[in-house]
Amino acid sequence: MSSNRQTMPQQSTPSYKVTRIKADSATITFNVIGYSMLTVLSLICLIPFWLIVSGSFTDELEIIAEGFKLFPNALSFEAYKSVFSNPEQIYRAYGVTIGVTVAGSLLGLLVTSMAGYVLSRKDFVYRNKLSFFIYFTTLFSGGLIPWYIMMTKHLGLKDSYWALILPPLVSAWNIILMRSFMKSIPDSIVESAKIDGAGDFRIYWKLIMPLSTPGLATIGLFLALGYWNDWFNANVFITSGDKYPLQFLLYKILSSAAVLQTNNGAYLAANIVPPTETLKMAVAVVATGPVILFYPFVQRYFVKGLTIGAVKG
Amino acid sequence: MIKEIMRNKTLFLMIAPTLLFFVLFSYIPMVGVYYAFTKFDFDGGLFGSEFIGMQNFAFLYKSGILWNLTKNTVLYNIAFIIVGNVMQIVCAVFLAQLSSKFFKKTAQSIMFLPYFLSWVLVGAFVFNLFSDLGVVNTVLKQIGLQPYDFYIETAPWKYIIVFFHIWKGIGYGTVIYLAAIMSISDEYYEAAKIDGANIFQQIRSITLPLLMPTFILLILFSLGGILKGQFDLFYQIIGNNGMLYEATDIIDTYVFRSLTINFDIGMGTAAGLYQSFFGFVLIMTVNYIIRKTREEYALF
Repeated sequence: MSSNRQTMPQQSTPSYKVTRIKADSATITFNVIGYSMLTVLSLICLIPFWLIVSGSFTDELEIIAEGFKLFPNALSFEAYKSVFSNPEQIYRAYGVTIGVTVAGSLLGLLVTSMAGYVLSRKDFVYRNKLSFFIYFTTLFSGGLIPWYIMMTKHLGLKDSYWALILPPLVSAWNIILMRSFMKSIPDSIVESAKIDGAGDFRIYWKLIMPLSTPGLATIGLFLALGYWNDWFNANVFITSGDKYPLQFLLYKILSSAAVLQTNNGAYLAANIVPPTETLKMAVAVVATGPVILFYPFVQRYFVKGLTIGAVKG
Repeated sequence: MIKEIMRNKTLFLMIAPTLLFFVLFSYIPMVGVYYAFTKFDFDGGLFGSEFIGMQNFAFLYKSGILWNLTKNTVLYNIAFIIVGNVMQIVCAVFLAQLSSKFFKKTAQSIMFLPYFLSWVLVGAFVFNLFSDLGVVNTVLKQIGLQPYDFYIETAPWKYIIVFFHIWKGIGYGTVIYLAAIMSISDEYYEAAKIDGANIFQQIRSITLPLLMPTFILLILFSLGGILKGQFDLFYQIIGNNGMLYEATDIIDTYVFRSLTINFDIGMGTAAGLYQSFFGFVLIMTVNYIIRKTREEYALF
């Protein structure tokens, strides 16, 4: 910093050329630091994925002998063959996750958008009071245990699919985000529709919803991502294996609490080491694949939602 | 009020599911904090359990559990806030100024990717890197060093936890700071260029000062949540490894274990209530400060 200050008087010398060259050398330094730092950070963000993928294509014996490494000695597809040798469990978990994600996202979108619409209506007298009623839940909560007792003892949702769908369904943040999306729709649209005799629900469904598609897409994707990645609710509520969602199955396999049903008996008979460590990696790839595939197409909606959500709702 | 409800029947019906949701899953459980003052009896339920006053809190305090949990939760959060924000600002500043559009887009997409993945996958990374057969031990063996048993040593996990927190959130924060930088008028930079300021001087005297309000605001809000622990992060990385609790147990993991392993409902609820109550006091304080200084950014 002090060296910068010392160079300042030199820069105010009348020679234009000197200043120009100085600025360029600073820009070059800046670019070198910037490009190399961001490249390194990007690599750090990618390496874990590479490790999982390369681990899933490694031979089990190689791992037992030498451990996981960046580049396996030889490619092996045994882990994937094993995963898909008896794929019912994986397919079942995929089915649960897809079902819960689709049902939860659509239902959540409906409930959130209705609430957002009502709270965005300036003529709705209780909008501030109800907004605070919703917002207060982010400030204070009863904690995990009273919530758990409510879910299981009083609502009887233990081991129910509803225990996976309900908890992430509505969130105060999504409602606030939806409200600010809808506030940007001109009031005159609602007013002119009212003069034409349209009811409140009709205005919402026929006018506001089509005009809110960017907001709906953003919040729908937030919801879908939350459902797809959710393992916590399954962890506390789901007890029967056929209701495991994908991420929870992966968690169980990683912690070796559940063993993937495979045809590993055949390996034992043939006196070959069955894939177990590599299998964990293969299941991680299979469970994460869809998110990575969709990511390039949906990323911009998230960026949009974040930049709007970052500004006060 | 009844007149208003009748008049806007449809609107009330439309918001009713949301209100019911919060009554069921937020407001009624708030009544359940009463468990914190009882010796829990499953058959007795909420009001059938024996009332024991502050005994649960007294135990948590005297046993030193509360102090350890608070210390861990707060210190981890401070590390997350400082390291996270600094990294995010640095990334945003460079991303905003570099000239290659393709590079910027690619780097931003890659750094945002971890945000979209489940915490379970982070657990898989940790397994792949640090287990007995993990990559780190493979490398240690290759360069002729002794393998390291991560599962009994507390020291490295602090850094591993902070690393993965930063790793997962860096893209998110960068997007927010980048948006703040993009809203700075180009005129400032043009004027600085004419005056002969180089790019570092521009960043020091234009970008960083103008990022200050966003930075302070984000820091203040983060401080408001400093008692909230990120359960997913700690549980997926540490799990139920009791050897590491002293350095890695936070309020949220303790409450979770009270519920699922120790079945100590009263104690767990007490720890949860302690967290909620002081969390509430903190966020109110933060909001008060913001309202006094920069009213337009106050939460309420």
